[in-house]
Amino acid sequence: MSYFLQQLINGLQLGFVYALIALGYTMVYGIVRLINFAHGDVFMIGAYVGFYALASWKLPWPLAIVAAMAACGALGMVIERVAYRPLRSAPRISALITAMGVSLFLEYFTSLRFVFGPDYRAFPRPFAVTSFDVGGVAVSNIQIIVFAVSTVLMVALTLFVNKTKTGLAMRAVSYDHNTARLMGVNVDWIISVTFGVGSALAGAGGVLYGIAYPQINPFMGVMPGLKAFVAAVLGGIGVIPGAMLGSLIMGVVETFTSAYISSTLRDAVAFGILILVLLVRPAGILGRPTREKV
Amino acid sequence: MRQLMAVLAGLAIVAVLSCGGGAGRADGSGPIKVGLIVPLTGDVKTFGESARNGAMLAIEEANAAGGINGRKIDVVATDDKNDPTETGNAGSKLIDMDRVAVIIGSVSSKCSSPLSDKCQTAKIPMITPTSTNPKVTVGEDGKRKEYVFRACFIDPFQGTVAAKFAIDSLKVKTAAVMYDVGNDYSKGLADYFKSNFEQGGGRVIAFESYAKDDVDFSALLTKVKQSNPDVLFLPDYYNKVGLIAKQARQLGVKATLLGGDGWDSPEMSKIAGDAIVGGYFTNHYSPDDPRPEVQEWVRRYQAKHGQKPDALATLGYDAGLLLIQALRNAPNARPDEIKAALGAIKDFPCVSGRITFDEWGNPIKSAVVLEYAKDGQKYVTTINP
Repeated sequence: MSYFLQQLINGLQLGFVYALIALGYTMVYGIVRLINFAHGDVFMIGAYVGFYALASWKLPWPLAIVAAMAACGALGMVIERVAYRPLRSAPRISALITAMGVSLFLEYFTSLRFVFGPDYRAFPRPFAVTSFDVGGVAVSNIQIIVFAVSTVLMVALTLFVNKTKTGLAMRAVSYDHNTARLMGVNVDWIISVTFGVGSALAGAGGVLYGIAYPQINPFMGVMPGLKAFVAAVLGGIGVIPGAMLGSLIMGVVETFTSAYISSTLRDAVAFGILILVLLVRPAGILGRPTREKV
Repeated sequence: MRQLMAVLAGLAIVAVLSCGGGAGRADGSGPIKVGLIVPLTGDVKTFGESARNGAMLAIEEANAAGGINGRKIDVVATDDKNDPTETGNAGSKLIDMDRVAVIIGSVSSKCSSPLSDKCQTAKIPMITPTSTNPKVTVGEDGKRKEYVFRACFIDPFQGTVAAKFAIDSLKVKTAAVMYDVGNDYSKGLADYFKSNFEQGGGRVIAFESYAKDDVDFSALLTKVKQSNPDVLFLPDYYNKVGLIAKQARQLGVKATLLGGDGWDSPEMSKIAGDAIVGGYFTNHYSPDDPRPEVQEWVRRYQAKHGQKPDALATLGYDAGLLLIQALRNAPNARPDEIKAALGAIKDFPCVSGRITFDEWGNPIKSAVVLEYAKDGQKYVTTINP
């Protein structure tokens, strides 16, 4: 039993980190119907900002998270402005291909010597790691921080989307751009804000990831980005609670596959889920089947 | 007009290409071109830097002493990022464009394996300083790739040494193994350790794999913790081992950590911190070895680079020494002469031991076991083949 609980906690830790990335995917998709493949790389930039905040500027870790969120939020808005807005009326496939281009650009540009450099770096631990023994289950202070910070951010996001005027505008834009515009919503600005908020969450995810798995490199965003994307699809892409649910399921399924079946099968199961979901319930667990807009 | 331009451009390209190579190949004059392929960036960059520093030191010393039969050695160095595709590209470039006579490289087995096929096909001799997987010198058909040599011992031997050390010196009964399923080195070493440990009377109670990009090992480590082994064998490179060690201690895994030569890096203690203290690994050489060759080498390397040479640097140097010895016996420095001269090397004194190649191009020599103490690596014992 304690083995089961320990694995469940391991899985949830992974799931919470996925969730912070998946939220950005899902928000952007909900509003502009674009799968922003550069999102995993924004996550990587967040980890690097956290790295410099902790190692060079000697900030305390909560401020490092804030710094990473600010930097990634700004970066997300710049990417939207430079790469996606000019393609707003182009076919969707063009924006998708551009997203891949942005992703590769971020990976290889940051690999250059005068940016971050291609080396693997040890992420500084801002505090000593302690493990608490709760009935035979080891829970570390890192896990508690990952759970706590992610939960706070997700609650804040839910409140923002559901209770603020900007959130209302976001939901309106996600239903229909033109109608929202007729109601006096500044659609371009709302899309910009969506990219900013989604990227800021990824930035926070990057720092938490760095604290939990203390090693970073310019390609670290690729795998978590893909997994988070699968999680978003699983939960129902475009639906915010769906991204959270999908991520937690992904984290736990991956961990349990390693724990009870075979570690070699883990990724096969993770991506098998994607295929299965697309076959059986393309809208995802919490997604509603939508008709194609004309 | 446009056609004429195209023809002229084509001619220009041909002219440039044919000028590019050729210098010093086969005609017995001019500098001897040697290719060097090591990872200078990416996940094992300290390996590449060390191996390069070692090899370059040997070659610079030979050049300073007047070169080989009056010819200088000219090194073309490339970075393969520890990515087999990049190694292949670098190999093609060195062979086809730079027209090198011989290649030193690469560092990891997963990169050296494709490179060895390429060199065998192109009939260019290659010496890998540090790739320990047997497949590097033996083809899929079980035939020896006769142009391929190495300066290090191989994983079956390393796996035997680690298993022997665990059973005889650590006196343990049970072991868990975690390895990278996509890495020839890691997988090979894991298999050899397992079979030798079981032959020696031990029991392997967990044998788990992970993928190259994994950073979360908590599921596997929780599994390992539950089976409660005496030792945890981690045959991978320092970057991964550092992460695993840290997470293992966090989850309360108490087993003694054990590993192979991939642990040898100045970065290890930075990544793993206290988690790696008390861990043992097999290696090619120890700077604490009192043999005069070793002490002389440590002094020279330290004078040049300001730090003690690790095993990678030493093997790089030994690969350089082997190359120079072979070039001395190859009057025209033609690839086939170099290959024959390498094969003929017997009882040749290197820093990591006296090298004689067996029929598979593998040197026969002893291994050492080192321990990670609080203040760095400590010599434990030497184990002979």
